[in-house]
Amino acid sequence: MSAEAITASVSQLAPVAKERDRFALLALPGLLYLGILFALPLLILLVKSLINAEGDLSLAGYAAFFSDPFNLSVFWRTLRVALLTTLLSLVLAYPTAFAMVRAGGWILTLMLVAMVLPLSVGVIVKAFSWSIVLRSNGIVNQALMGLGLVDEPVRLLFTETALVFGAANIFLPFMVLPIYAVVRQLDPNLSGAAATLGSGPLRTFLTVTLPLTLPGIIAGVAFVFSLAVSMYVIPSLIVGERHQNLAMMIARAFLFLRNEQLGSVIAVVLLAIATAVVFSSALLLRLVERRQR
Amino acid sequence: MTALERLARVVSWAVAAFVIIFLLTPIIVTLLVSFTSSSVYTLPPPQWSTKWFASLADKDGLWDALLLSLNLAFISTTIALVLGTTTALAVSRGRFPGREAIATFSVSPLMMPGLVVGVALLQFFRSLGINDAYFTLMLAHVVVTLPFVMRTLLAAFGSFDYTLLDAARTLGMPYGQAVLRVMVPALSPAFLTAGLFAFLASMDNYPVSIFLTDARNKTLPVKMLQYLEESPDPSIAAISSGLIMLALLALMLGSRTVGLNRMIQG
Repeated sequence: MSAEAITASVSQLAPVAKERDRFALLALPGLLYLGILFALPLLILLVKSLINAEGDLSLAGYAAFFSDPFNLSVFWRTLRVALLTTLLSLVLAYPTAFAMVRAGGWILTLMLVAMVLPLSVGVIVKAFSWSIVLRSNGIVNQALMGLGLVDEPVRLLFTETALVFGAANIFLPFMVLPIYAVVRQLDPNLSGAAATLGSGPLRTFLTVTLPLTLPGIIAGVAFVFSLAVSMYVIPSLIVGERHQNLAMMIARAFLFLRNEQLGSVIAVVLLAIATAVVFSSALLLRLVERRQR
Repeated sequence: MTALERLARVVSWAVAAFVIIFLLTPIIVTLLVSFTSSSVYTLPPPQWSTKWFASLADKDGLWDALLLSLNLAFISTTIALVLGTTTALAVSRGRFPGREAIATFSVSPLMMPGLVVGVALLQFFRSLGINDAYFTLMLAHVVVTLPFVMRTLLAAFGSFDYTLLDAARTLGMPYGQAVLRVMVPALSPAFLTAGLFAFLASMDNYPVSIFLTDARNKTLPVKMLQYLEESPDPSIAAISSGLIMLALLALMLGSRTVGLNRMIQG
């Protein structure tokens, strides 16, 4: 449920009374906590990345970062991997959500367990498991050879394809669940009505079903993309240092190179991407909801 | 049903079947590997053995890391539940402007890169001269757990019918008792779900913790990644299996008390 939807449903419930305003005080502890220990440190990080060695305001750190071809290649690789991961997740999640709505009994239970169990298992455990699966003597290679598709083990670990599949494996529930939530609320009579009015199944899907499930798609895409663009543990375990991404560069800058200016600059770049995703998805959601009203 | 619709249905079932296998494979493989007698990851294991679980007993630093992670997860989740309850109450009951912004802001750490939050906190604490690793880890883990709590509680408080409280009072129940006997039971599944996911998020956190740990205070994920870099033997799989079984237990508890379908609606 989006924050907007929550507050919208809330404002209908709360009875009109002036004394209710003292409830504002209750928000203070949580707001102060996140303000001081979340927003303020990020703001300081942003300011620090804009100040050069002489203490003047300058964009030199950013200019230096983006003029280095290696940094640029890492930047584009990070975006590409995140985009591919998001696309793969969406392609797998969308049909799955429809199957889940039609499923019942033990099949539904199995599906829910398959979604929720990975959610409650840590990312290190999952990324590690995935690296076992992909090993040259791992289960994927055994299956490929068993099916006669390849004659000898293929190198899977340490490739970008492996990373995209591994990341999609780990983030998939975050794509399925929001889509499942909207598909479940679809009125099955709607597509029937469209058919009665002479709309073919493809046209019904494009004009009725797809637009109605768009809020779930936007929520899932935004969440998976923002997770994938900033993932650190998964690429460290699946591809290692060879294919660095922005998050790995930040960790290196702070933990090994001790180059905090560089680390701060990359951190702000990553922060800007995440913030852009949050705001554009919120904007898109609002647009979609307004059109459907 | 037209042929096209039938095809769409078949495709959706085929993809769903693949997704279930895709999602469960790594978990099942880890469980199998942890019971191997060999010191490499071969599947199926040449012989079954629990020796890698036994090897955990004297694994250097593992139990300290586990205790620290449990400690951080338990206390930070408790603090987050308190802060989350007051904030969710304010957003759902108040009529002041900016409640929507508060709701969005309090969930926003969920979408921010963990590593960036970790770096920002590292610099922040250092500039204030706060060096105590345990203390900074605790403060940071509340930032990690609070958005998980807020996401679930905002939805639950938002859909709670507060007129039920008025009804209970009309029937002669004192206010405190009405809250205790009407509101608390109605919202307890949400608290359980929120607490569970917040706890797991703290237990699992690596990107924020890595910047705040020191030699004596290493959380379990930090320690595990260190083991993986040093000697990736099946004892790591045994730790992972232990954590998977813990997650299964938590899930069974959750599905008994709240229901799986309700848990995922946060």
